Amino acid sequence: MTITKATTHVTQNEALVFERSQTGRRGYRLPALDVEETSPDELLPAELRREDDLEGVPELSEPDVVRHFTRISTWNYNIDLGLYPLGSCTMKYNSRLNEKVARIPGFANLHPLAPEEDAQGALQVMYELQQHLAEITGLPGVSLQPAAGAHGEMTGVMMIRAALDARDGTTSDEAQRRKLMLIPDSAHGTNPASAHLSGFTVKTIRSTSEGLTDLEHLRELCAAGEVAGLMLTNPNTCGIFERNIREICDIVHGAGGLVYMDGANMNALVGVARPGDMGVDVIHLNLHKTFSTPHGGGGPGSGPCCCTAELEPFLPVPRVVKTGAAAYKLDSERPQSIGRVKAFYGNFGMHLRALAYILTHGHDGLREATEAAVLNARYIAQGLAETFDRPFDSPPMHECLFTDKRQTRKGVHTLDIAKRLIDYGFHPMTIYFPLIVQGAMLIEPTESVGRAELQQFVDAMKEIAREAVEDAQTVLDAPHTTRVGRLDEAAAARKPVLRWRPAEKAAGA
Amino acid sequence: MANVPEGLYYSKDHEWLRVEGETGTVGITDHAQHSLGDVVYVELPKSGETFAAHDTFGSVESVKAVSELFLPVAGEVTEVNESLTDEPEKVNTDPYGDGWMLRVKLSNRGEVDSLLSAAEYEDYIGSLE
Repeated sequence: MTITKATTHVTQNEALVFERSQTGRRGYRLPALDVEETSPDELLPAELRREDDLEGVPELSEPDVVRHFTRISTWNYNIDLGLYPLGSCTMKYNSRLNEKVARIPGFANLHPLAPEEDAQGALQVMYELQQHLAEITGLPGVSLQPAAGAHGEMTGVMMIRAALDARDGTTSDEAQRRKLMLIPDSAHGTNPASAHLSGFTVKTIRSTSEGLTDLEHLRELCAAGEVAGLMLTNPNTCGIFERNIREICDIVHGAGGLVYMDGANMNALVGVARPGDMGVDVIHLNLHKTFSTPHGGGGPGSGPCCCTAELEPFLPVPRVVKTGAAAYKLDSERPQSIGRVKAFYGNFGMHLRALAYILTHGHDGLREATEAAVLNARYIAQGLAETFDRPFDSPPMHECLFTDKRQTRKGVHTLDIAKRLIDYGFHPMTIYFPLIVQGAMLIEPTESVGRAELQQFVDAMKEIAREAVEDAQTVLDAPHTTRVGRLDEAAAARKPVLRWRPAEKAAGA
Repeated sequence: MANVPEGLYYSKDHEWLRVEGETGTVGITDHAQHSLGDVVYVELPKSGETFAAHDTFGSVESVKAVSELFLPVAGEVTEVNESLTDEPEKVNTDPYGDGWMLRVKLSNRGEVDSLLSAAEYEDYIGSLE
C-alpha cells in the first residue's frame, strides 16, 4: 500500500453542541443598563414571547464555541486541503482575493434597501459583471438574480414559456400552448424538475453509443410537433462536447422551439467557445462552479441567466442598466418580464467575487484556465485508461467518466472504490451519475491542481484497482483511517434519525 | 446470476407481471433490484388510478439513485403494497414475493403478448452485460 497524500492523525473528539452545554455558561455579558428599564409587556405582545427561559438552547462560552467548530472542521475535507474531484461540480479553488474584495466595507456593509444614488458602486459591479458574462456566453441579455443553478434553469425555462406565449399568442390560451420540453437522458435531474415546475411535459432524448444526443431521435420527437424547447448541457454530463450542437439548435428552432443550455459545464468553454455562437437562446451560469465563488456548505450559490436579444424583454426585473457615463439604475419598466425571481438583486457578495475572478484572469487568463481544466481531465483520463473501463471513446473535456465494469468481477463496485479513495487522502469523485452509465465514476479535477497531485490521484486509483484484484476485502471494508468506518447508508435512509434528543429522552422514546 | 422465475411476464424496463385472470401483479425484477442496490423508498400511486401501457406509475429510490417505474400493460390500480412504505427493503430481499408493488385490473389482456417470457428476459439481460 503506497498512500502518499495522507497519513493518520490525532483528531479531537467532540460532542454535539447541545451535549456540551453547561448551565450558566455565557459567551457575552451585557453591561448594566444605564437607562430606565422597560417592561417586556410594553414592547412585545405576550403571545410572541417565550416563557421557558430558552430551555434547550445550549449554554456555552466563546472558547467552547470556537473549539467546538474548529474541532469538527478538522474532520472535514475541503477545497483548501486538496483535489476535490466531484464531477459536474467544478470544485475549483476559491481565491483569497475574492474574499478580500467581498469584505471591502463599502460593499459588505451596504444596506440592500439603500437608495440607488447611494449604491452606484454596487450597481456598477453588477452591470460590469453582466457585461462580462454577456461577452463570455455570446448572449447579450443578463440577469444576476437567480440564487443557484436550478433557480437559473427555472428562470430560463420560464422565459421560454413567456417568449413562446408572446410569439404564438398563447399567453392566456392554455390549450394551444406548446408544452413539450425535450431533455437528454444524461441530463442533471434538476432539468426535468425545472421544466415540470414551469408547466412543461418532459420527453427524454436517447444518447448514442458515443455518449452524444441522438439526432435521429431528436428529429423524430421534433417532427411530432408541440415542441417548446430543448434543455441541453454542453459538454454533457458524460464530459463530452456535443459536437453537433449547431445542428441540434437548428432542428429545435426549425420545429419552433427554443434552446436552453444548462451551463453547469461552462468550465470547459469559457474563453474558447460561446453558447450564443452555437445557437443557444438562453443559458444559466453557475458562479459557484465556473467563476470560483464558494460551492457547497451553503455557498450561497449564484446562477445568472444569459439570453439572446430576442429573449431579453422576458428577463426578471429589476434590470441593472447604465444611464450615463458612470450612472446606473434599477429598471423595472419591462412589461413582458417574467417578474422577480429573488428578493433584492441576487446574492450580491457572489457577484463581487465572480467579477474579481474575471478581472484577475483577464481574457487570456480565462482561456488558460479552461485549457488547464480540460488538460487536467485528459491527464487523468489517459492515466487511468488502461486500468478502468471507459464507457465512451470520445476525448473528454473538463471531466472524465469511468465505470467499475472491470472491478465488479471481483465484487468491487464504484461505491467501494470511492470509499477507498478517502483512505488515500482524496475526496471521492461523483459516483453513479450520469444515470445512463452503470457504475459511473465522474472525475473533474478543475484547473486548480498541479501535475504532482494529479499523478498522486492517478496512482491512488491504480493502487485501488490493484487491491480490488489482490485484496478485495480491503476495498470492500474501506474507509479504514477515518473517524468512522463504512456507514450503513441504506439504514440511514430507511430509518433516518432526524432530530437530536437528550440521552435520557431518546432512551425513553 | 439474476433470478428469473418461469411463468411471469417481463418488460425491458425490468418490471415483472404475474397474470391471474383479469388481475396483474407488478414488481421489479431481481436484476433490477440488484442493479439499484439497497432500496430506501418506493413511491406508488393510489388505488383507482389508471395508466396506459409504459406509463410511469411511481419511482423507486436506492442509495444510488431514483428510478422511474413503468407499468408493462395498461390497467387500473386495485391494490398497492402499502407495507413497502415502512419496509422498502422487501424489494431487495423478495422482489417476486413480498416486494410486489401493484395489483391492476388489466385493460387489455392482449397486451401481455408483447411482453417477454422468462427465457427471453434472461437473454435480454444477458445482452446488457
